[in-house]
Amino acid sequence: MRRFSTVPFSGTKEQEAELSAWLDAHKAMPGAAMPALQKAQEIYGYLPIEVQRMVADALDKPLAEIYGISTFYSQFSLCPKGEYKISVCLGTACYVKGSGKIYESLQEKLGISGGECTADGKFSLDACRCIGACGLAPVMTINDDVYGRLTGDELDDILAKY
Amino acid sequence: METVQIKINNVSYEVAAGSTILEAAHSVGVEIPTLCYLKEINEIGACRICVVEVKGARSLVTACVYPVSDGMEIVTNSEKVQAARRTNLELLLSTHDQDCLSCVRSTDCELQKLCRDYGVDGKRFSGARETYAVDDSAPHMIRDNNKCILCRRCVAACRANQAVGVIGASERGFSTHIGCAFEAKLGDSPCVSCGQCITVCPTGALTEKDDTAKVWAALNDPEKHVVVQPAPSVRATLGECFGLPIGTNVEGKMVAALRRLGFDGVFDTDTAADFTIMEEATEFVHRVKNGGALPLITSCSPGWVKFCETYYPDMIPNLSSCKSPQQMFGALTKTYYAEKMGLDPRNIVCVSVMPCTAKKFEIGREDMSAAGEGIPDVDISITTRELGRMIERAGIRFAELPDEEFDPALGESTGAATIFGATGGVMEAALRTAVELVTGETLEKVEFHEVRGTQGIKEASYDVGGLHLNVCVASGLTNCDAVLKAVQSGEKHYDFIEFMACPGGCVNGGGQPTQPASVRNFTDLKALRAAALYGEDDAKAVRKSHENPLLKKVYAEYLGEPGGEKAHHILHTRYTAREKLY
Repeated sequence: MRRFSTVPFSGTKEQEAELSAWLDAHKAMPGAAMPALQKAQEIYGYLPIEVQRMVADALDKPLAEIYGISTFYSQFSLCPKGEYKISVCLGTACYVKGSGKIYESLQEKLGISGGECTADGKFSLDACRCIGACGLAPVMTINDDVYGRLTGDELDDILAKY
Repeated sequence: METVQIKINNVSYEVAAGSTILEAAHSVGVEIPTLCYLKEINEIGACRICVVEVKGARSLVTACVYPVSDGMEIVTNSEKVQAARRTNLELLLSTHDQDCLSCVRSTDCELQKLCRDYGVDGKRFSGARETYAVDDSAPHMIRDNNKCILCRRCVAACRANQAVGVIGASERGFSTHIGCAFEAKLGDSPCVSCGQCITVCPTGALTEKDDTAKVWAALNDPEKHVVVQPAPSVRATLGECFGLPIGTNVEGKMVAALRRLGFDGVFDTDTAADFTIMEEATEFVHRVKNGGALPLITSCSPGWVKFCETYYPDMIPNLSSCKSPQQMFGALTKTYYAEKMGLDPRNIVCVSVMPCTAKKFEIGREDMSAAGEGIPDVDISITTRELGRMIERAGIRFAELPDEEFDPALGESTGAATIFGATGGVMEAALRTAVELVTGETLEKVEFHEVRGTQGIKEASYDVGGLHLNVCVASGLTNCDAVLKAVQSGEKHYDFIEFMACPGGCVNGGGQPTQPASVRNFTDLKALRAAALYGEDDAKAVRKSHENPLLKKVYAEYLGEPGGEKAHHILHTRYTAREKLY
């Protein structure tokens, strides 16, 4: 079962105005729900209930339908991204070199599941597919920093840098 | 009608052009099984049970959405077709909780029937399974997604017919499940408790919350005086639980069965329906004459009332303050009847048998205890289906029962009350009384045909004693929603509106016997069941609520004036705006 963000919603008036303007301009468009959610995610970075409610109300659709779309497509996130975005490659090469264990270990250390963000908003964790650095497998990135040939032992030291 | 020539299983037929293979085959007596298909509201071709071979097509096609064309050759039962259906059933069973021994839908489960027809058991694919917590948070129903086959019939009923849409398909692939937004529990969602989802569910994933154990306990408690009140429409549908044709009026047998179950008083919600009309017609005339909030909107349907409170809170002043017949009956039982019989209302258990799941919610509403705090008007509300199961368990051979009469204390009613169970019935009953209240003259012709019939929205205008009245009747919340939008925008002006949450009214309520899609898609359940009620009305000697002799007696001896202070205390209630959290 999906877990939801524990980070409180902190949308600004400017964000709300931007989304409202977009929704007003596009609400009559057939199939507006998908682009509306894309726009909302672009503005807020994720799709918490407060944002999905705005979309649902503007498009006169039930929240359950909007939520269904937001959970169907993996491009949508219901959790905010952290200040530091950790991305662990689960592509074939990284996976056979043990990135699955790295990913599990990070979930344990951060106390979150993949796709979630820590309560303090510092780290978010996601899995990704091949980032083209198979020679360095297993690989993870934290924002623009790349960490290759990872072993489980180094993780604490790496996290401590942030 | 334009037609095309097709062959089904090597026999030539002329069928309607533009029909689907499923419809065309049905029209010539060939049934094709379905699971997800519901005419007009769920034509999604998702379950792949209706697959057939079409000559020249690359693969099997779904009969429910594939249109016929001239010269088409269709095979509905080849080995290839049967093998595909079997595999699809096996895949469905691989994630289905096969709890068939005690599942409440056993023997009328559409999945179970197909598995039996195709000789399929759940052994072939036994891999990983998702398990879901059972959601029993709502007062009226239970969702057990472990039995869900993702046909989306419930989602379609909730959204397309009921304009509510509190459930949808969430996640994808193996994790797909039906539920509320943000995994909220149904009890926390703005679900209006109508139960339409239950009546269309092909399996035991959606069921009413079974309250029969409470009824058995009350019946077996020698301290308790247990009375029962079946709603108007229950007599038109209960027979279906025992294999009788749809639309059979079984009032007499129903009374006999209730008596044999051991109720101390076998009474009739119809009686209370006459009181509802007396109060509501009085309220309407009062509002018209005194400039009260119009249109007056009926309040008998608790699903509609909750919809109004949640989605149209600004229309609450327009809701009639009358309790529904169920609640009026309970209120009269715990006050008038208790006093008359010398009983402590705390020792009376009032059981209602309703076509409705929202009635389970309604009995727990605030301001529903006329006899005092802690003494609910109605203690237990069960559906037609639950009564069917009680009769079954009691070993009563329903079809062989004699026809018996209701107990007289609260069992006398008019034809006006009987038609409450169909869309337009409350309006017609109210008009029969309101017209006489306004004109002071006897109404010779009691039928108001304009408000009859199963259309979703009906309108009529009447000139009554110098007043021009516009009335509207709608059933199915999507239709009610459309009417409200038109009223609020000023496009329509009505004086009196009857709303019923379920399409067709109570005869098609969420607590009524389930009928499989094979029947539902090709039969007008609403019309057949309603005909039983109009037939009874026709045959009754007294057809106007205000002429009910029992009602006159209760007002004279106990309640005082209709709409008076005592009647208001006992028979009226209030409403509150509800927050829409999900």
